[in-house]
Amino acid sequence: MEMFVMQLINGLSIGSIYALVALGYTMVYGIVKLINFAHGDVIMVGAYIIFLLVMYTGMHFVPAVLIAMAGCALLGVLMEKIAYKPLRNASRLSALITAIGVSLFLQNLFMTIFSPAPRPFPTIGLQGSVRIFGNATVSNLAIVTIVVSLVMMGLLQIFVKMTKMGKAMRAVSEDAGAASLMGINVNTTIAITFAVGSALAAVGSFLFASTFPQVQPFMGLDMGLKAFVAAVLGGIGVIPGAMLGGLLLGIIEVMTRAFIPGGTQWSDAVVFSLLIIILLLKPSGLMGKSVGEKV
Amino acid sequence: MKLNIALILVLFGVLTLLMEIGILNNFHRGLLVLVCINVILAVSLNLSAGFLGQLVLGHAAFMAVGAYTSAILSSRLGISGLGGFVFVLLAGGFAAALAGIVIGVPALRLRGDYVAIVTLGFGLIVQSILLNLGITGGADGLLGIPRLANFNVAFFTMVIVVGMLVALVRSRHGRAMIAIREDEIAAEASGVPTTWYKILGFTIAAFFAGIAGGLFAHRMSVLVPETFSFVYSIELLVIVVLGGMGSFTGAVVAAVVLTLLPELLREFGDFRMLTYSVLLVAMMIFRPKGLMGSYEFSIMQIVSKIKKKG
Amino acid sequence: MPLLEVTGMGVDFGGLRALSDFEITIEEGELVGLIGPNGAGKTTAFNLLTGVYEPTEGEIKLQGISIGGKKPYYINNLGIARTFQNIRLFKGLSVIENVKTAFHASMSYGLISGIFRLPKFWREEKAIHDEALELLDVFGMADMADANAGNLPYGKQRQLEIARALATHPKLLLLDEPAAGMNPSETQLLMDTIQLIRERFKIAILLIEHDMKLVMGICQRMVVLDYGMVIATGRPEEIKNNPRVIEAYLGE
Repeated sequence: MEMFVMQLINGLSIGSIYALVALGYTMVYGIVKLINFAHGDVIMVGAYIIFLLVMYTGMHFVPAVLIAMAGCALLGVLMEKIAYKPLRNASRLSALITAIGVSLFLQNLFMTIFSPAPRPFPTIGLQGSVRIFGNATVSNLAIVTIVVSLVMMGLLQIFVKMTKMGKAMRAVSEDAGAASLMGINVNTTIAITFAVGSALAAVGSFLFASTFPQVQPFMGLDMGLKAFVAAVLGGIGVIPGAMLGGLLLGIIEVMTRAFIPGGTQWSDAVVFSLLIIILLLKPSGLMGKSVGEKV
Repeated sequence: MKLNIALILVLFGVLTLLMEIGILNNFHRGLLVLVCINVILAVSLNLSAGFLGQLVLGHAAFMAVGAYTSAILSSRLGISGLGGFVFVLLAGGFAAALAGIVIGVPALRLRGDYVAIVTLGFGLIVQSILLNLGITGGADGLLGIPRLANFNVAFFTMVIVVGMLVALVRSRHGRAMIAIREDEIAAEASGVPTTWYKILGFTIAAFFAGIAGGLFAHRMSVLVPETFSFVYSIELLVIVVLGGMGSFTGAVVAAVVLTLLPELLREFGDFRMLTYSVLLVAMMIFRPKGLMGSYEFSIMQIVSKIKKKG
Repeated sequence: MPLLEVTGMGVDFGGLRALSDFEITIEEGELVGLIGPNGAGKTTAFNLLTGVYEPTEGEIKLQGISIGGKKPYYINNLGIARTFQNIRLFKGLSVIENVKTAFHASMSYGLISGIFRLPKFWREEKAIHDEALELLDVFGMADMADANAGNLPYGKQRQLEIARALATHPKLLLLDEPAAGMNPSETQLLMDTIQLIRERFKIAILLIEHDMKLVMGICQRMVVLDYGMVIATGRPEEIKNNPRVIEAYLGE
């Protein structure tokens, strides 16, 4: 029982990171119908920014994360302007290949600059743990991760539901043509979506790099894929779906590792088998609505 | 047709002659086998990505299934002759095709983008299986596979595969696949069972990737899981995109060039993936149909053009 | 038995009623017009008849066989072909390849015959090549057989789409606003072509058009839709004087 609760909280902690990253996929997919393969690599870039700032300028974590958020937001916007915007009316296949190209570019650029070797990520002084009941303890880091993620998701919900820009985002994802006729600047809205998604990823990168304390150029691939599975699980294009999918995926992964013999080696296989099963049973995801192509 | 066959035989004769008189040494010979294998992989990937229009990011994983299946079979059965080799190659192909069906059925019923993710995930699952299973030798690799794939076998397998795929896309089945790439809804409305053809094309592509894997295993004599990583799948995609989505000529030329280039230019090796990534983005923005578009080389057409002019 | 018999067909999209209680009967060789203001549900009806969407309720019978909710290719193989309001050609293929693709179901050679070029392959391919050229000739397009479909002028693209639909050997052809974007003389020419193909191929045609005058001349019967409901059915002269129809159109 104690073991189960501890693992559940660990799962929620990892899952809330997945959820933060999945939000970026789902927001971009909702608005431009593109799987932004490079989103995972935005996390990697964010982690390197924080790593460099803290290690080489001795900056405190909080401003470092804020700078990383700004840096990733800028990266997201640049990616969209340079690589995706010229292809907005091209075939989906072309857009997807471009996204893979951008992802590979970021990975290999960072590998060329920083070498493929992993670097230790500085600890943030949350090594301790608290006892919740009996012998069940939870690390402070896990608690901070869950709380920070929940706060970010709450802020995102407020942004999307309450602000003018959030409403514009929802309008563009519903029908870009109609939205532009209503005076919404579609290009700006898409750029903001990339910026917000990438800034959330920067927060995710900080939590992720603190949990598995290292940075390396290919760290985004695995993380990005799992976050994508989370987005599909919840229903891609649906913001609360990404949150639910992320949390569920985190719990499933941690539980597989903890309670299935040899589960550690197979946990990735379990995650992707799960994806295939969802696609077979409910392709629109847990909270998604199925929409056929307009004819 | 006859002229094309003659041209292939001349090419084979010239290469064999160059090997006999020693201009091409053993290193070159090995490289040529690798070229043949990559050509098979590129043309088969072109069937699913270029002609069918489905983004497959796990082609190397289908190759791995074929490689390990045929290698395990030939080690266990003690295969040595050509007949036995053909048998294990086909077995590898069928194993890969089976994996293609298992992956293709859930992925291909849905809109295109899921294929990319599912095949990517499939690649990772295959890697994790190869690393953890006893029969595959895990991370240490599978050793002692008989070296049965010489240049002759690789060359003629390549010719047969390219020939079969060219014939396929120029039949009613190929037309159905191309129609799906062009407009899936219109294809379905024109009486084409699109889901069936997507699975068929995807499975045939996986089959030939499995054959290529079998050749690879029996050339290298050692298999390690890392060989069949995501990076290899991407390299194959780069070949197809560069050569032309929907041109076998383009895929063949790009496979030859991109296999030889890193081997001959060592300095290029370090920046290979960085270059590829920029190439992918630039190609999609400026020349989305690839260098060749859908152009196909045919000696017959060239001859008849010259005749017309004369 | 009528060729097509639809009763009580309706569909919801996420709670939105797009079409309700749709009824139509088409006899063999008949030319029927489906008219109504924009957004009345005409294309939705087509999408239900051809299997693009699954009807929420109701029954669709083609020669007595129930086809509601079946896959589009299956319905096509049974004998309903269609064109699209926003032309959907295989733009990267040649004109003749567009037509040949639609002969898919009338050929029977298998994968092996195709890959190894067995006699059956050559026989069937030769036959459909000739048939495709013949079909293009009906539209005066035989000389552009090798042109790229995407490069055709607009009017020719519409005609090619009809030719492609005819290549599937339909018993019933559904045309979705074939005259959209055409000038009056092109439209007249198209209406003549529609008459011609009905007689030549002995098929029934259901024609969507929101310009009522246009279809009055050629249709034997008309069905009028408004707000997802059938508001009138009858011969053109009955429709012309029907007060509900006049109201729907004046209200537009």
